[in-house]
Amino acid sequence: MATAPTADAAPAWTPDQPIVSVRDVHKSFGGFEVLKGVSMDVKKGEAICIIGPSGSGKSTLIRCINALVEVTKGSILVEGQEVNDPKLDQLALRRKVGMVFQQYNLFPHKTALQNVMMAPINVLKQDKREVEERARKLIAKVRLTGKENSYPGELSGGQQQRVAIARSLCMRPDVMLFDEVTAALDPETVKEVLVTIRELAEEGMTCILVTHEMKFARDVADHIYFTDKGVIVEHAPPAEFFDNAKDERTKTFLGQIL
Amino acid sequence: MEGAVADFGRSLYESTGINLTILYDEFDQKRFISGLGMTIYLSSLSLIFSLIIGIVGAWAQGSPSRVLRYSINGFITVFRNTPPLVQIFFFYFGLGAILPRVEDADGMMGPLFTNVQWAIFSLSLFAGAFNIEIFRSGIEAVPNSTKEAATALGYTRLGTYRHIVLPLAIRVCLPALNNNLVNLLKTTSLAYAIAVPEITYVSKQIWTDSQNVPTMMTLLLITYVSLVGVLVFVMNRWERSLAIPGYGQGGGK
Amino acid sequence: MSDAFASPGRPMAVLLPPRAPEPIGFPRLTWRHGLFFVVAAVLIASMATAQTPPAQPPASAAEALSTAPATPFSVIIKWSPLLLKGFAFNIVISIAAMTLGTVTGVILGLGQISVNPIVRKVSWFLTQFFRNSPWLVLLFFAMFMIPFQFNIFGVIMPFPDWVKAIIGFALPVMANVSELLRGAIRSIPNGQWEAATSLGFTRTQTIWQIVLPQCVKRMLPPWMNLYSLITMATVLASVVGVTEMLTLTAQVHAAEGGRPELFAPLYGFAGFCFFLYCYPIGKLTQRLERRFNVKT
Repeated sequence: MATAPTADAAPAWTPDQPIVSVRDVHKSFGGFEVLKGVSMDVKKGEAICIIGPSGSGKSTLIRCINALVEVTKGSILVEGQEVNDPKLDQLALRRKVGMVFQQYNLFPHKTALQNVMMAPINVLKQDKREVEERARKLIAKVRLTGKENSYPGELSGGQQQRVAIARSLCMRPDVMLFDEVTAALDPETVKEVLVTIRELAEEGMTCILVTHEMKFARDVADHIYFTDKGVIVEHAPPAEFFDNAKDERTKTFLGQIL
Repeated sequence: MEGAVADFGRSLYESTGINLTILYDEFDQKRFISGLGMTIYLSSLSLIFSLIIGIVGAWAQGSPSRVLRYSINGFITVFRNTPPLVQIFFFYFGLGAILPRVEDADGMMGPLFTNVQWAIFSLSLFAGAFNIEIFRSGIEAVPNSTKEAATALGYTRLGTYRHIVLPLAIRVCLPALNNNLVNLLKTTSLAYAIAVPEITYVSKQIWTDSQNVPTMMTLLLITYVSLVGVLVFVMNRWERSLAIPGYGQGGGK
Repeated sequence: MSDAFASPGRPMAVLLPPRAPEPIGFPRLTWRHGLFFVVAAVLIASMATAQTPPAQPPASAAEALSTAPATPFSVIIKWSPLLLKGFAFNIVISIAAMTLGTVTGVILGLGQISVNPIVRKVSWFLTQFFRNSPWLVLLFFAMFMIPFQFNIFGVIMPFPDWVKAIIGFALPVMANVSELLRGAIRSIPNGQWEAATSLGFTRTQTIWQIVLPQCVKRMLPPWMNLYSLITMATVLASVVGVTEMLTLTAQVHAAEGGRPELFAPLYGFAGFCFFLYCYPIGKLTQRLERRFNVKT
């Protein structure tokens, strides 16, 4: 089990503290160590981009934040709550942390609107009418008005991804995780998804993004983390990071990409 | 009995030699209809129970408990690889003989379960074993990432299964399920062997009494083919009603 | 085409083939299989002993000795040569029925794709009719509808019950093989037909030289599955009075005094024999299925 201090680490969380606090997180799959002691703090309202070569543990890291993956060692606090506490109410965590996936992962047997409404109704047991009203607003917000009754199979990749974002938002999360959400999309549809995310970030939603879109990261992020081989090599505000990288590995990576 | 049908039956016999006693002989007609009813009764109950076994079993196969998984695999392996008739005999004669006898409504000592109940029991297990496999393959066809998305939305394992995995799995495995349920309907004829008065049993009685083997035989075959036809029709309707636009259909071809 | 569920070039995510299948029987025969058989055997044996009723309070020691019932286990041992001979007969019936059914089924299946609409309709009808009838009823059909002897050019050919039983079992095999063949032929891409035609093959040549050889591979796993099913169905012959393993089992039971507690072990033994025969066939089928799936 995770070796996290539980009892003593429960002082009331206040919004001025980091909303997500990752401390020395290690994660191994089998014998292979994917994360080798990662730490980061994310303040409320911040947009964080995690970039780095594939296989550097980016996706694993954000999967750890909403407990889809259990950490081997270390601690992750979300609003002051230890994610790896076995006594943790997983539902409480999941309504705070929303996640959007690379492969959209919409439920193909439900319409766009139903996809957005499902979890609040089934999981949070909220009132159906109230949820529907909210869901329709969210679908409008991601610019899919008119597609409410389409099935995922009838939507383009970009449209599906925006439904997936609305679906997460409908749980009213405090933090949104985006796991390479544009990696599976056609170049033309990437933009419509990025616009949606940018709006979210500008409205003050705390966003943690794993992305390969450097331009987007530069425009939107408040802070950039660069990971390589399971460690955070360096982190800085975007301007400094892109123009003035210090570490050799970062320079090499940016040199290949830009 | 309606005179017209009976008259038609008699004249058919006189003019062509086709002796459909069930058209004019009230006794034969009654037992044929009750046999048909029994076959439908056996099929429907076994079908429902086998589906429950399939769903629960497939769910339990994904359970973290090794013991549970191995026992379910063992159950499937045994029931798939032994003759259904032997299974019925094993339960009806073997277990039925060991179970205590109970007093029935008339104060007579009778077996705990009737032959009809044993037939339903063993047919459900037989078809259920296949259903578990079928459902499992359907469940495996649901990608992990979809389940992960449900988890991220706060669904529990059971909730994910109920709201996301099962509805998708059912669509994937309907064709195979369809086949198995048709097979179950045909297998109900084995209840004949433990004297359940289903349609094969009563038809045999009728052709023995009335000496009209070819006619009854043909009628019996037609009855089964029609029953299968009805089942297939219903299943196809269901399959169509479950179809999701933009998903599946023709995707594999 | 919408780019539905996945990026271009990939099948819809939901319909992706199941991830690397669980290694069911991946190592061919492991200690686990051995363990399974041993456990099964022990279970049957222990069940057999456990079901021996508590001995009646004997009037005298001598009487107790003389009437002590044989344990079910010893009964099985004692009669196993006879029962196994019955089982061998089941196997013989299954092989004969499978052979007959396959040959007729291939003919019927080719009839289903005939260019002659009447042949096609009739073949289709026969296939559906026999495919959707219960095997037991088809067995009755063969037993009662086939005369017990044929008179061919003055030579009297007797048709004993067991031959009729073989025909009875061959009927559903025929229908199933016919349907399998039709499905397999339909699954051969149109391009193969077109290529063959453009090379000057006639329809018959195309079927025999191009299409059927490709069908064999596709049909093998379901065909083996069918064989396993027909083998298990041969016990139905006991219902229509052909002496095979289950008939003998009932006779053995009667010979041992018809003790009710003997039923379960005896039928358990019968089931076990079939299990030993059909389980490897099933495993092999699964293995072939996987291998062929990977290639195609």
